[in-house]
Amino acid sequence: MNKMKNRWIALYVENQVGVLAKVSGLFSAKSYNLQSLTVGKTERDDVSRMTISVMADDVTFEQIKKQLNAMIEVIKVIDLTTLPVHMKELLYAKVCNVDAAGKEEVFQIAQVFNQGGNVTVADIGADSVLLQCTLTSRRNNELVDLLKSRFKKIEVVRGGAVAIESISTSCR
Amino acid sequence: MALNITGRKLFVKALKEEGVDTIFAYPGGMITDIVDELYKTEGIRVVLGRHEQALVHEAEGYARATGKTAVVLVTSGPGATNTITGIADAYYDSIPMVIFTGQVPLHLIGNDAFQEVDIVGMTRSITKYGVTIRERDDMGKIIKMGFQIAGTGKPGPVLIDIPKDIQTAAGDPEYPSHVDIRGYHPNETVHIGQLKKAYKLFKSAKKPLILAGGGVRIAKAEKKLLEFATKMQVPVTTTIMGKGVMPVDSPLYIGNCGMHGRYAANKAITECDVLFSIGTRFNDRITGELDRFAPKAQIIHVDIASASISRNVVVDVPVTADALIALERLADYAEPMNTDKWLGQIANWESEHPLAMPCSKNGVCPQNICENINDLFPNANIVTDVGQHQMWATQFIDIHKGQQMITSGGLGTMGFGFPAAIGAAIGDGKKPVVLITGDGGFQMNMQEMATAMSLKLPIIICIFNNSNLGMVRQMQQLFYGKRYEITDLKAEDGSYYPDFIKWAAGYDVKAVRVTDNSDIKAALEMAKSNTEGPTVIEFMVSPDDLVLPMVKSGTALSEMILK
Repeated sequence: MNKMKNRWIALYVENQVGVLAKVSGLFSAKSYNLQSLTVGKTERDDVSRMTISVMADDVTFEQIKKQLNAMIEVIKVIDLTTLPVHMKELLYAKVCNVDAAGKEEVFQIAQVFNQGGNVTVADIGADSVLLQCTLTSRRNNELVDLLKSRFKKIEVVRGGAVAIESISTSCR
Repeated sequence: MALNITGRKLFVKALKEEGVDTIFAYPGGMITDIVDELYKTEGIRVVLGRHEQALVHEAEGYARATGKTAVVLVTSGPGATNTITGIADAYYDSIPMVIFTGQVPLHLIGNDAFQEVDIVGMTRSITKYGVTIRERDDMGKIIKMGFQIAGTGKPGPVLIDIPKDIQTAAGDPEYPSHVDIRGYHPNETVHIGQLKKAYKLFKSAKKPLILAGGGVRIAKAEKKLLEFATKMQVPVTTTIMGKGVMPVDSPLYIGNCGMHGRYAANKAITECDVLFSIGTRFNDRITGELDRFAPKAQIIHVDIASASISRNVVVDVPVTADALIALERLADYAEPMNTDKWLGQIANWESEHPLAMPCSKNGVCPQNICENINDLFPNANIVTDVGQHQMWATQFIDIHKGQQMITSGGLGTMGFGFPAAIGAAIGDGKKPVVLITGDGGFQMNMQEMATAMSLKLPIIICIFNNSNLGMVRQMQQLFYGKRYEITDLKAEDGSYYPDFIKWAAGYDVKAVRVTDNSDIKAALEMAKSNTEGPTVIEFMVSPDDLVLPMVKSGTALSEMILK
């Protein structure tokens, strides 16, 4: 089996100047298909953690992991693809130029997607609604597709997914 | 606590503690403080090149000839950018090197200041590690890390960028003896189970073959390789970088494989049933078309970098290990195999198509030159540039025990040869250094004659002058209907520049032009007797001489062009 699919990696890296450029540079230099990359500091000031999504076949994905491992600034590579993880992505969607009925429909969509407060109305104006969503990337995709199909003008900004292994897997 | 010292003082202290006795340097505004500190330092030889690219190649030659980590010091901006080709060359051939670049003061970084470039950013993909020192107190730790990273595991270049104010700032006087690097764990062991599996597979072969690359030399495992191959009676072929890791006088050595490899060696790869590869990354020049590389073989791959394994060629038994460690273990297991029939088969292939040039009548024969070099310089370090002469050298030059061929394998950098020869002569003055170069590549760094003559280095410079960029011309001849665009270095009226003999005279360098095969030996003997400085021998070679066999890029090793 060597087919292209979406895969996830978590990366512990040195929290230093140039590390993000080095990691992202690897993806462009070797023509790896980077889907999303997020980075932020961990509980330790000198360590950052990246959550990376790539589209790759098995062989390429193995190579990506090895190449990342070979970098001095990379402390640890974790393949999240087959691990139970908690993964969410922050997304804002602004729906513009809507009438009252349109707004009502946005609310309904929000309600359907909402589970325990992860889709909320963050702001509202005379003819627009701003949704704030903390869903999986896939669910966010579905929401964007739906909004696009129903409304003429929307604006979307996404943060990229962050993920952590579930408690059953690890507690460092 | 000891008193604080300046960055420039710590720099010199670090070099001393690393045992650095030679550095390759070119001055400039942002390293004047360090240069001044070197003036006050005894025991470190500072080699002044004439161009920073050449300087890095000189450091490469030095590292290759000595096995030590080479050190380069250049200024910011153009000094730094000029090193880039050299750094890339060192990266692709795994040469241990630390390059120090000066940088504008911290407060000016990012201002497009005079002679400011983001050299760390520019070299990110061609260095093993690169960093700008931003705190004076980190300097000792960073330099130590640099040497540790450059010289261990799969070696490579490390770039350390030092802003001018860091060089003069006072700070921590300590140079640590070791730094723990949490993201760097070079492989120092071997998985015994995996190695046993590899051995078992190898032992089961009817037509076993060893493919040895430059990693064997880096690991200093030549002796163990010979021992292992001899004990098991298995033939060995080498890559360009591996040339010489198996001595030419071993009956088991069957020559180089790959694009311009021997017919018998490429046939052996195509027909073998188990291929034991060690210290090679299966570069495309070695494999030809991947799908038809060693099509009948199960492949064992020993490499220190796990990222090199199953990257180009999918292998059956991967072993992540240093070549020496792996071969030491394997030598314990090794038992003789009955390979007489297989060795006979390879010998037959060799006699079907032995390596021999059908030299054209209107020039000196490259094979003939190489054979004369073999006779006269059996213990020399042979250095080459890049092009046809390089391939002829890999085909016809004999490398014995204790000798090596220094060449630009991965990047294929024209202009590499002459400065690398200078570095080799500086590093290992006991052995003669013979440079085999072409008239094209030599011109790319010929300014270094000033360096060579100033240091009175007795390098024997053999320029194979065919007045053409021969390797590309050969492709135009074979694949592009003889349309010789921009490969002829002669002027329209047929004149050729420079006249290398007159040019050499400008440097007070002895030079001789050889136009006839019968004069080759005398010219080389003259050069051998001149120990006062370099000697130039310009061999007038025909542009019609081709490097054969040739595997056209992208085709299979079995499809060699033989004539």
